[in-house]
Amino acid sequence: MNPRPSSGGRFVRRIVDRFQHAPEDTSEIWEAIQLARHPDRPYPLDYITRLCTDFEELHGDRAYGDDPAIVAGVGRYHDEPLAIIGEQKGRDTQERTYRNFGMPSPEGYRKGMRVIALAEKLDIPLVTLIDTPGAYPGAGAEQRGQGGAIARSILAMVRTPVPTVAVIVGEGSSGGALALGVADRVLMMANSTYSVISPEGGAAILWRDASKARLAAGAFRPTASNCYRWGIVDAVIPEPPGGAHRDADAAAGLLDTYLQRALRELRALPRAERVRQRRERFRRLGAHREFAVGDPGAIAAGRVELSTGAPVSPPPPVPAAEPGAPEPASPREG
Amino acid sequence: MSGKPIHVTVDRLRRFAHRPERPRRIEADDRSCPRCETHFRGEEMVRNARVCTACGYHFAISARDRLDHLAGEDGWRELWTELRAADPLQFTDLAPYPQRVRKAEADTELGEAVVTADLEVRGRPCVAAVMDFGFMGGSMGSVVGEKVARACERAVERGVPLLVVTASGGARMQEGVLALMQMAKTIVAFEAVNEARLPIVVVLAHPTTGGVWASFAALGDVTYAEPGALIAFSGPRVIEQVTREKLPPDFGLAESQLHNGQVDAVVDRRELPERLGRLLAILERPDASGAQPLPLQWAQDGADRAARVAQGVAQAIPAIPRRIVDRVTKGNGKSE
Repeated sequence: MNPRPSSGGRFVRRIVDRFQHAPEDTSEIWEAIQLARHPDRPYPLDYITRLCTDFEELHGDRAYGDDPAIVAGVGRYHDEPLAIIGEQKGRDTQERTYRNFGMPSPEGYRKGMRVIALAEKLDIPLVTLIDTPGAYPGAGAEQRGQGGAIARSILAMVRTPVPTVAVIVGEGSSGGALALGVADRVLMMANSTYSVISPEGGAAILWRDASKARLAAGAFRPTASNCYRWGIVDAVIPEPPGGAHRDADAAAGLLDTYLQRALRELRALPRAERVRQRRERFRRLGAHREFAVGDPGAIAAGRVELSTGAPVSPPPPVPAAEPGAPEPASPREG
Repeated sequence: MSGKPIHVTVDRLRRFAHRPERPRRIEADDRSCPRCETHFRGEEMVRNARVCTACGYHFAISARDRLDHLAGEDGWRELWTELRAADPLQFTDLAPYPQRVRKAEADTELGEAVVTADLEVRGRPCVAAVMDFGFMGGSMGSVVGEKVARACERAVERGVPLLVVTASGGARMQEGVLALMQMAKTIVAFEAVNEARLPIVVVLAHPTTGGVWASFAALGDVTYAEPGALIAFSGPRVIEQVTREKLPPDFGLAESQLHNGQVDAVVDRRELPERLGRLLAILERPDASGAQPLPLQWAQDGADRAARVAQGVAQAIPAIPRRIVDRVTKGNGKSE
């Protein structure tokens, strides 16, 4: 599941080669963003219906209302129960409005927390599927505690003792994405993006001009390969030729392969150990320089040890690659 | 001092020599209140904890001034000054990121947008993380995340409460997705404090928005807000742009967030040390002998500073508790 060079396996190594070269070119990055937002790209419900033989969607946060931007429930996955939370955009105009363009409100995150609690009670694994331009910026959402809901959703995912896997399947922007993104394993579909803010939002703030989105995208470099390099995600899931929107079934098949492997690995760990490793992993993410105490000269001269967002705790031993694993395909062929 | 010779005419030297010494000013500039236009001299600002005495407007306060104010006669000692931002993305918007950091460092004389310290508030030891909006809008990059996380770990180690004062626009864009990850990192660190069964007190200053409000700032056991502070995930400008809603003028302000149930109390900055001291006293466990007090020397540093400030305090504001004034004028019992 964790395709680092040391993990072995021909299939795995080939993927690593493919993604070691992170696109630095702005036009390449912009292309990835367009693919991540492609209107035909499979959304969480498309994956859920393909991964699960049956799925029961749950509604409402039991406090205020139901948020259609978040789908949450329990499904039958490879003959076992699985709790799922996903962020759902809409396909046509009517559904997009209904789903609020995949921008969740606090009640959506609270619904998610209900499902996390359910997973804990039943001791079943949890999978989150992330695809959002960000949490909804609205006056009502603020009144109902948007910030607190995101924070508490993250806290719930930090705490939960069940195995958790987060998959960024489309756009992962801002706290709206991270609210469901703190998991034992974080995976990314090859053409998805993960960033602190959408390129448009970043351009509006930093360039004071939302039309500079392309420029902002080049600076944020939110592609899967970059996130992998920075240690933010554990694995990049390849997509069918041309991208997931060309063949949703094949994309779901690839996701299934990675998901199964991740869950198998996680089930092998004791509960406490899973939580410990998860916390350790997120505790270490970041890049800073540290100088010797009381050595201002070093600061002025810039003598530093740079510790970049190094990947986390040593990855647990990875089982050999799936014999029947599909061929990795270039994300941008065809 | 550099070895450069100083060229001054004799005339000018003589003039300096005869000038009577001006009354010493505490380092801060004069300000006019933007709400009621009352004018304050620099030392008045320091005395009033940068709050307008006429209308109660809360000016921005730097992290170190805040710590001085909170500590009063007690001490505080800054921690991890040696942590500095890296540039993991080699980020450039209108200016390169390292250049922006250097400018912020020079403007604020801070290493980063948060100052972490061992602190005593009214004699109650705690570990504090105080954000400074002056440093790149108080934005949370890797260093802010790391310092907040270390503050949590130190609170656990010392067995004392954690105090966090926020003033931040949110995650630091220039560190991209790594800045986003600091939201997770700080929450993981908060969880360590929770597990150690130590209280977390959060004070929300103006403004607390974006990724900071959507992470650790929202997870205090007790949450105070300063009057007039903007507390929101999305600022009013963003909301009006995206939704075309017309927002009321008090949108997201501390007082309306109290009404919405998002904070526990709106506390005037001048009363904050007393309120925090009281709260920490309430929460102190009888078995808290594990808490390690600060070395005596630090308390003495604070007492000296407080004595200077308090000379003015005694006449200026009734809101400042008698207890400090008494303790300063009658001598600090601890330092003997």
